[in-house]
Amino acid sequence: MAEKGKIKLAFYWAATCGGCDVATLDIEEKILDVVAIADIVLWPVAMDFKYQDVERMEAKSIDVCLYNGAVRSSEHEEIAEMLREKSKVMIAFGSCACFGGIPGLGNVANREQIFSVAYKETPSTVNPEYITPMTEVEVAGEKLTLPEFYDTVKTLDQTVDVDYYVPGCPPVVDRINDAVGIIAKYAETGELPPKGTVVAFDKTVCDECPREREEKKLRRIYRPYEIKPDPNKCLLDQGILCMGPATRGGCGSQCLNVNMPCRGCMGPTAEVKDHGAAVLSMIASVLGLEGEEKMSDKEVEELVSSVNDQLGTFYRFTLPSSLLRRVIIK
Amino acid sequence: MNEDKFEPKIVGFCCNWCSYAGADLAATSRIQYPPNIRIIRVMCSGRVSPAFLLKALAVGADGVLVAGCHPGDCHYMAGNYKTRRRVEFTRRLLEQFGVEPERLRLEWISASEGTKFAEVVTDFTDKIRKLGPNSLRGDRRWQKRER
Repeated sequence: MAEKGKIKLAFYWAATCGGCDVATLDIEEKILDVVAIADIVLWPVAMDFKYQDVERMEAKSIDVCLYNGAVRSSEHEEIAEMLREKSKVMIAFGSCACFGGIPGLGNVANREQIFSVAYKETPSTVNPEYITPMTEVEVAGEKLTLPEFYDTVKTLDQTVDVDYYVPGCPPVVDRINDAVGIIAKYAETGELPPKGTVVAFDKTVCDECPREREEKKLRRIYRPYEIKPDPNKCLLDQGILCMGPATRGGCGSQCLNVNMPCRGCMGPTAEVKDHGAAVLSMIASVLGLEGEEKMSDKEVEELVSSVNDQLGTFYRFTLPSSLLRRVIIK
Repeated sequence: MNEDKFEPKIVGFCCNWCSYAGADLAATSRIQYPPNIRIIRVMCSGRVSPAFLLKALAVGADGVLVAGCHPGDCHYMAGNYKTRRRVEFTRRLLEQFGVEPERLRLEWISASEGTKFAEVVTDFTDKIRKLGPNSLRGDRRWQKRER
């Protein structure tokens, strides 16, 4: 039972890699502050609570729920609905819960195609009868069940009502500390920021990036292994596809600091709904800018071809939250 | 509308200085063109964000036309060059999304080309009619909640 004056906290992981839970522990000794103000009632990755324990709780008896991972199966959906009912505050924690994240790229295929690759086509698979997960099966007179694997990955806010968003893959320590600060203030005073607040910056990654920028004169896109980039100059200026100009800041430009381009895990900036379209627009604006008036249609086509796999690159973390949400499979 | 006969819905983004004036000229010259197009006037074709194109298709438009000034004629010097690259990128993206890239068309139509405007709209409407309804019009089961 919760001690008097302490708030109740739940963590849950859905379609995720577990990195968000590890990131939560990255806040080091600050985790003790969390435990000082909160009792944890569910944390599948670290503690042995059962779903039934939560089911028995009264509605709105959990104060804050941190949900990481996308909604891929009926289990993720059911737990999301249950935790929403039991929690006063629902936080989408990490890029998967916020926008679908890497598991969201599963929306380029459907269940049938994914099962076929995972249970048949991979070279290490021996499955001559092609047995795939079923929601129900009878074994020795006993009915066994499994959650349903959905065709389409959803974000948390396409499933239940979400109060706050903490983007990042995984969220960086400073932003987790901000989120802990919000929870601590709530525990103390009952005050909360406006609904829909994104715990990150409103400006783009470029705002934090220390690299020197010049006028953009890109003639083609290089993949990071093709050139040795100057560590002090803007990667986009050097022809490496960096999503920084169209991505929300708050990550401390960690990737740029170690010579890697921004992959867009913080999602779109405020007011932008479709991150991929924003990145596309940004790249199309600067690529081939110099001498654009002399360019033939064919040259434009070649220029555009220098970007491999647009969907996978521009929507790397945000396919389920994009305008089209998934690939049409006929 | 007759349920059996498919009539395409087309969204047209026309720039204020050339293509919208071209559409105006088509009308004042009483040139006939199909009523399937719904024109949205924008100040420059460079104002058309790729998100507009995707949104139009996502909410069920069967075709999207972007019309701007001829290269070299842009009122803002270079807006249409950006459009040219954006539309080309978006067409490739649509292909990856499983949407026919022919549903997105870019045309240069000047203020004096009322006839060309009518021809483009007629031709585009015919092509989209042959292509059939946009598959994004169909099953949207996964959209349990709208943001």
